[in-house]
Amino acid sequence: MIELVIAERCTGCNACVEICPTNVLEAISGDVPRIARQEDCQTCFMCELYCRADAIYVAPDCENPTPVDKNAILASGLLGEFRRNHGWDEWADDPRYPNEHWRMESVFLRARMAFQRRLRRLQHHVPPSSCRP
Amino acid sequence: MSRSSGETLELSADVLIIGGGLAGTWAASAARRAGASVILADKGYCGTSGVTATAGPGHWWIPPDPPELRETAIRNRRKTGAGLNEPEWMARILALTWESLPTLDGFYKFSTDENGVKQHRALRGPEYMRALRKLVDSLGVTVLDHSPALELLQRSDGSVAGARGIRRQAGGDWQVNAGAVVLATGGTSFLSRLLGSHTNTGDGYLLAAEAGAELSGMEFTTYYTVAPVRSTMTRSMSYAFATYYDADGAVIAMPPGPETTRPLARAMLKGRVFCDLARTPEDIRARVPTISPNVMLPFRRWGIDPYKDRFEVTLHGEGTIRGIGGLRVVGDHCQTSVPGLYAAGDAATRELVAGAISGGGNINSAWAVSSGQWAGAGAARHAAANGSQSGGRAIGQAGLRPASARRDVDLGTTLSTIQGEMLAYDKNIFRSGETLKRSAEILDDAWAEFDAHAQGAGDALLRTRETAAMLATARWCAASALAREESRGMHQRDDRPEMDPRFNRRILVGGLDKVWTASDYGHALELAS
Repeated sequence: MIELVIAERCTGCNACVEICPTNVLEAISGDVPRIARQEDCQTCFMCELYCRADAIYVAPDCENPTPVDKNAILASGLLGEFRRNHGWDEWADDPRYPNEHWRMESVFLRARMAFQRRLRRLQHHVPPSSCRP
Repeated sequence: MSRSSGETLELSADVLIIGGGLAGTWAASAARRAGASVILADKGYCGTSGVTATAGPGHWWIPPDPPELRETAIRNRRKTGAGLNEPEWMARILALTWESLPTLDGFYKFSTDENGVKQHRALRGPEYMRALRKLVDSLGVTVLDHSPALELLQRSDGSVAGARGIRRQAGGDWQVNAGAVVLATGGTSFLSRLLGSHTNTGDGYLLAAEAGAELSGMEFTTYYTVAPVRSTMTRSMSYAFATYYDADGAVIAMPPGPETTRPLARAMLKGRVFCDLARTPEDIRARVPTISPNVMLPFRRWGIDPYKDRFEVTLHGEGTIRGIGGLRVVGDHCQTSVPGLYAAGDAATRELVAGAISGGGNINSAWAVSSGQWAGAGAARHAAANGSQSGGRAIGQAGLRPASARRDVDLGTTLSTIQGEMLAYDKNIFRSGETLKRSAEILDDAWAEFDAHAQGAGDALLRTRETAAMLATARWCAASALAREESRGMHQRDDRPEMDPRFNRRILVGGLDKVWTASDYGHALELAS
């Protein structure tokens, strides 16, 4: 669930209010958005992705609020990591963060092949060392 | 929430699309390209709502040449679909998906492989939905964000004439008078905590049923996805190399193939289940963050190294999301049995293409892309042919206009009842006639109470109506599972373990006061080609 909108970083753009699919946040005139309905948060991390100021922290626990220490989160390096790995905004042309989503199918394929190899090993009692590709 | 005023934003359009996820945005683009004026109303934000935005769909993706490639794929899928899918529909989605995805160039930054070849098949969810939002904006679709639909408008001749709903952020209500309506409201996970699914509460099923539409395939709702406990992270790729352990640390044996739900559920009914990803090859580990950036979020934040540490896992039910059922499609424009009402994506049954096993990400996404466009174009054509946008009457019932005196009905308790019957492993995965009959009775009782007395107001209005939709959906699921007295595809009944040729057809379901089921004897639909 969303736990923090960090005032020191928030620019008041209210993008998170607009894009939250379950309408968790509320825009406050002259202030940072308020987490108005935390219980409606579906822990999808979209607000972090759309926050160009890296001012939002979503805890992975989707069932209950997590007590978090703002300074610890600021020091953790976790803020903005998701947006950076997605290669959004200022990270768009950084070669370290390409969109390699197209490789997903090959991961599944390799898993299937590995499974079949293991199965053959079991069926034929072949020692592992002799059936590496 | 500022639903203060009684003001209604009243608009008119040729076509109203309800739902702005994968199917809804493709539907809006097709309706607009067919010359219609289009309004798209999304419960949340068109661009992040729905299950595509948090995932990363591949698509069923097979080149047209040589033709044997598609023919073979269709033949194989026809076998695994256990007789409920149709070659013509499969060929149609393969063809249209192949043509459609490259048209997103410029909106989506397609990656290239090592040989510089552009990769169209699999798109990352947030970028995909952001691209589709840009596409519909560029085409001049009017998008109403944070505007959940509560009920349809219907004319005295039975045709659908638009919808009304609330404006969650702007305040007040909305009403769109339209020549035709496309329901692209998604499936429902019954709020199981499946990633990105909490806007998907089966609203479209209820809206359509109130207008007289029927559903099909609602017994196929036993798909589950692994996630770390207390998390929503149901990204199946990361579990491709998983090893599972029981509470004593013994490895849980997995059968060959992708079907891990039943052995895992069996183990979870006995006790806690743990997992590690230690078998994941090093090169894949290094690429996980740039393949699927959200996979590692819970682990990093909880200080777990999933490649070394064992972590507890659960199974989140997918209901009709990677289940199969939905609104019955009666023609090649994805029209429902109600004039002027069209269904697309997970709101529609995917039996036509998936058959009796889940379409997974690939077939379901190809279906959303294709059915969306057929429904959008069909709705545009219907609107042009019939002219009128006005004359509809609001027809919402359960949760809006109670059958008897308004009385408080606890929404949390009702949701627990629904989830108890629809998500519990022992009732939903390992099915039997006896337990299904009991589920149907429990859900019927809950419905009687809800329909008679629940009336949402203020901040609870939307959740009340969503609960009505999930409750109605649950009843259709239980009734359909009871009616299919055999095991077929994902629907496995311990008391009827064999496939029975008498059930080599679809099961239709519908009704609100009283739920009915019927066999769809003539399920081979006529395609206009």
